[in-house]
Amino acid sequence: MILAIRLAKRCVAMMLLLVTAGIVIAQTGTYNPDTPADAATEARLKELSLELRCLVCQNQTIADSNADLAVDLRGIVRAQILQGKTDAEIKTYLVSRYGDFVLYKPPMQGNTAMLWIGPFGLLAIGVIIWWMIGRKKKGVAETAISGADAAKAKQLLE
Amino acid sequence: MRALRFGIPLLIFALLAFFLWRGLSRDPREVPSALIDKPAPAFTLPVLGAADKKFSPAEYRGKVWLLNVWGSWCVSCVVEHPALITLAKANAVPLVGFNWKDKPDSAAAWLAKHGGDPYTFSVADIDGRAAIDYGVYGAPETFVIDREGVIRYKFIGPLDDRAIAEKIIPMLKKLGA
Repeated sequence: MILAIRLAKRCVAMMLLLVTAGIVIAQTGTYNPDTPADAATEARLKELSLELRCLVCQNQTIADSNADLAVDLRGIVRAQILQGKTDAEIKTYLVSRYGDFVLYKPPMQGNTAMLWIGPFGLLAIGVIIWWMIGRKKKGVAETAISGADAAKAKQLLE
Repeated sequence: MRALRFGIPLLIFALLAFFLWRGLSRDPREVPSALIDKPAPAFTLPVLGAADKKFSPAEYRGKVWLLNVWGSWCVSCVVEHPALITLAKANAVPLVGFNWKDKPDSAAAWLAKHGGDPYTFSVADIDGRAAIDYGVYGAPETFVIDREGVIRYKFIGPLDDRAIAEKIIPMLKKLGA
């Protein structure tokens, strides 16, 4: 009889332990996008959010947008910061789901090379054309003034 | 030199025109999925209308199936619904509904109102967490998942009979369904 009571007590204790453990797990695992965390986390969240695109609104970052998806994504970023993940890990997580498009600043890679190098390429072409035109003009100026014309011009200038 | 003087601007114009035209013919809302040819992310979600039942994609290993994201709040889903009902009647593959950020009651009412439930069953992703794993950013979206549990195709936007005939069915045939 006593043994049975003891066993029952132990069972109850065990269950209580499991239940509290369960609550703790549920709390740490709870994903609530709206509750702000400590200041440092919020600051990192803000910084990261400014680099992540809201895919519904497209031309807004998830920091600027209040679309449902943006709120959810902010929640996920916050949860991952709290888990101690680095910025790079969080970005990789989102890119593996939403693709590079989720990043406001596209990564430098094969298919984005044009995007990164293009403007400099255009600038180089512009500089070359400018240089060519400049050289041509100089050439014209040098041949045009010579001999009698030069003397006449000098006379006029003086 | 004269040829260059006309040729270069013409070439630049042609290049610009080509890129601008290409830009116009693409839909900026369609973001290519990063998950094509990747394993369908795991989830365990309650089955809509059967609170004690749960479903995870692993249970459909060995089957080709469709996962269709919908919600009673989703306007385009109303447009898509008749096509899904036709597709369901053909009974080709399981069509699993992914009820995204919805209330189970509203979801059931929506199905009843719009001509019935085309889904083999629907799972309820109430907090939207699983949807993020699938890279879902709008509804409707439809995933084709193969026998190995790999996502092979994603259709963004409302399916219609033509899209089903031209995009979904050929993909299912290719996967041997």
